[in-house]
Amino acid sequence: MTDSTELRTRTRELLAAHPPAATDRLDFLRARFDAGLAWVHFPEGLGGLGAPRSLQAVVDAELEAAGAPDNDPRRIGIGLGMAAPTILRFGTEEQKRRFLRPLWTGEEVWCQLFSEPGAGSDLAALGTRAVRDEGAWVVNGQKVWTSSAHAARWAILIARTDPDVPKHQGITYFLCDMTDPGVEVRPLRQITGEAEFNEVFLTDVRIPDSRRLGEIGDGWRVAQTTLMNERVSIGGMRLPREGGMIGPVAKTWRERPELRTHDLHQRLLELWVEAEVARLTGERLRQQLVAGQPGPEGSGMKLAFARLNQEISGLEVELVGEEGLLYDDWSMRRPELVDFTGREAGYRYLRAKGNSIEGGTSEVLLNIVAERVLGLPAEPRTDKDIPWKDLAR
Amino acid sequence: MTTQPDLLYSEEEDALRAAVRDLLTDHCDPAAVLARIASDTPHDRSLWRTLAQSMGLAGLLVPESFGGQGATHREAAVVLEELGRSVAPVPYLTSAVVATEALLACGGEEAAGLLAQLASGQTVATLAVGPAARPGGAHPVVRHEQGALHGELTAVADAAVADVLLVPARDGGLYAVNTEVVTVTPKVSLDLTRPLAALTFSGAPGRRLTDDAGPAVQRALRTGAGLLASEQLGLADRCLTETVRYLKERRQFNRPVGGFQALKHRLAGLWLEIAGLRAAARNAADTLATGSEDTDLAVAVAQAYAAPVAVRAAEEALQLHGGIGMTWEHPVHLYLKRAKADSIAYGTAGGHRAAVAELADLRAP
Ligand SMILES: Cc1cc2nc3c(=O)[nH]c(=O)nc-3n(C[C@H](O)[C@H](O)[C@H](O)COP(=O)(O)OP(=O)(O)OC[C@H]3O[C@@H](n4cnc5c(N)ncnc54)[C@H](O)[C@@H]3O)c2cc1C
Repeated sequence: MTDSTELRTRTRELLAAHPPAATDRLDFLRARFDAGLAWVHFPEGLGGLGAPRSLQAVVDAELEAAGAPDNDPRRIGIGLGMAAPTILRFGTEEQKRRFLRPLWTGEEVWCQLFSEPGAGSDLAALGTRAVRDEGAWVVNGQKVWTSSAHAARWAILIARTDPDVPKHQGITYFLCDMTDPGVEVRPLRQITGEAEFNEVFLTDVRIPDSRRLGEIGDGWRVAQTTLMNERVSIGGMRLPREGGMIGPVAKTWRERPELRTHDLHQRLLELWVEAEVARLTGERLRQQLVAGQPGPEGSGMKLAFARLNQEISGLEVELVGEEGLLYDDWSMRRPELVDFTGREAGYRYLRAKGNSIEGGTSEVLLNIVAERVLGLPAEPRTDKDIPWKDLAR
Repeated sequence: MTTQPDLLYSEEEDALRAAVRDLLTDHCDPAAVLARIASDTPHDRSLWRTLAQSMGLAGLLVPESFGGQGATHREAAVVLEELGRSVAPVPYLTSAVVATEALLACGGEEAAGLLAQLASGQTVATLAVGPAARPGGAHPVVRHEQGALHGELTAVADAAVADVLLVPARDGGLYAVNTEVVTVTPKVSLDLTRPLAALTFSGAPGRRLTDDAGPAVQRALRTGAGLLASEQLGLADRCLTETVRYLKERRQFNRPVGGFQALKHRLAGLWLEIAGLRAAARNAADTLATGSEDTDLAVAVAQAYAAPVAVRAAEEALQLHGGIGMTWEHPVHLYLKRAKADSIAYGTAGGHRAAVAELADLRAP
């Protein structure tokens, strides 16, 4: 088994062979991938060494100390957090070799074509159709809320391949080329002023069967891997104390005593304590994962993260007083990366509203915790055994 | 840089938990606790003997050289989780944790002798400060004049079962006083499983343990506050588990009540808060055990977070049991009363938030 000493040696060899100061950024990232130091828990040949995931920190620390470039994870969150684990688990050898390297280096950005106007929380009701045509699938339909579609080269896509069976059974998972002429991306402006997400119209898009991920009709199961990883990657970032949304508020509190009031003080302290407890809960979850005993805490982290981000950023707007009545910039832009804590208080407050909607709403996550963790009875269902085509829409 | 605290339970800690839980399942079921608190002897002396003497748990925090087990706060926290789960009427927190810590800070032969007695479980001691005293806060003290103690303390937890009182006095000293020479008046207490008593000292002779009670009392209160979070965790977790169990069985409107989304969401929210409490309580126990420089903050965070969660867990348990939850016969009120009393014990959440303000440099206006 690969241990930390060996990883350190390999990292130093990489740095010696490709000194960051004298190497092109992309060349360095590719060499890092090929050395198995991209994500050490991935298999050999696919950017990893089959090492325990916890050892990634060893590599990252060495590289950071040497001033090596990183792959700017904020730009490629969907690829790293969702597409990659799904491709790794369900992809063919050929798919893994084709897609994982440029995904990790950031040469190819990914987006997620799941939600539709008529299928949000009830994602399995989706209506985008994929019809078989010789060695390919012809896809027609509309997707919505697609973050980064404007920057994406590829998409993970779920579509209906069999309308005659109940909704969960007739779905298939594809890897969709966003440069296909049938793909049209239109920006959707958000409450922050900018357009992080888009609507995506798919008209006679041809996807070769070799870009199907998993079995025909098994797309719902494949998508579960994506969704689970999405929630973990949204709620499960490792943070130092004051590393999240509470950081800028605490900083303002310290630097600007003239803003302080007793009411704000009490609320700040409560939220500071909750943020610290959420950080510890995340740390405990990671220790469980490292020890090979994953706990159910993971399902809850995104819930806690969403509520805290919203409350803390709401407090921050009040704290800055009159400045809270201003906004840095309403101009319509299509940002390259998704940033929750960037910019000013007003932006943080507005962007945080999405945290309890994206990646599964907080209401839906509470249902999941209640049913899967506490074992409480499932919601009554009227749609389980009916063919998708007969469901009321 | 401080090292990461270990927030998990070791295999030995899991084994300890299982042993304590087995004992409490057999000897401390809710019906037994209910019957006991209605009697003249609310404390369960026989359970205490088993825990303290047969299982050696009273000496967990005491080094082996003083006759203890030489374990750490992590193990004591696990015991407290289980005692909280059963609202067990035994003086573990007050004697085996708080009084023991005070003695550990004293040094000297008198303290060493008492430590050995406490570790064996033969002697029960309690620190004679009010139940709401928090680390860093002030508390009333009695006078020491001409070799004897004078004055009154209106409420001290578990004083009625204590053999020895550890009494801070105005001259700065900490004294060991045998309970026989003090007038102990039991109070009608909200939490009948950890009752209070008033103490009147009228010239009670005391043995001086140290000239400077301050550090000993601070250490004792800090440990008490930090490990109380584990008791609150056990209590809250039991409330949730029992409520979930009940709501899966209880049917109204031709379905299990636990299937209604309004209740599912409340219980899921509570589960999430308890997951947070577990991390905070483990953090407090681990920093106490390792003597980390983060300990003060870890304790303050755990206590600022724990009390509202434990109280909410008990209040939700009561509400979601419906009418039966309002009866004396059903044990949920034991949990509610303990949770509410715990929210004041060793400082309120607000008091601990004030400590966070200092420690995290988030000053008041
Ligand atoms: C910023 C942002 C980025 C996003 N990015 C992407 C992306 O890149 N790709 C993608 O595919 N999707 C994306 N989404 C879409 C997101 O996943 C959906 O918005 C979400 O799943 C909710 O679906 P909906 O909007 O249709 O709301 P609905 O499902 O219509 O929900 C409406 C309300 O009803 C509640 N509700 C629904 N069902 C239940 C139930 N069973 N019990 C209780 N309450 C219920 C919901 O919680 C919500 O409050 C993004 C969303 C946002 C806000």
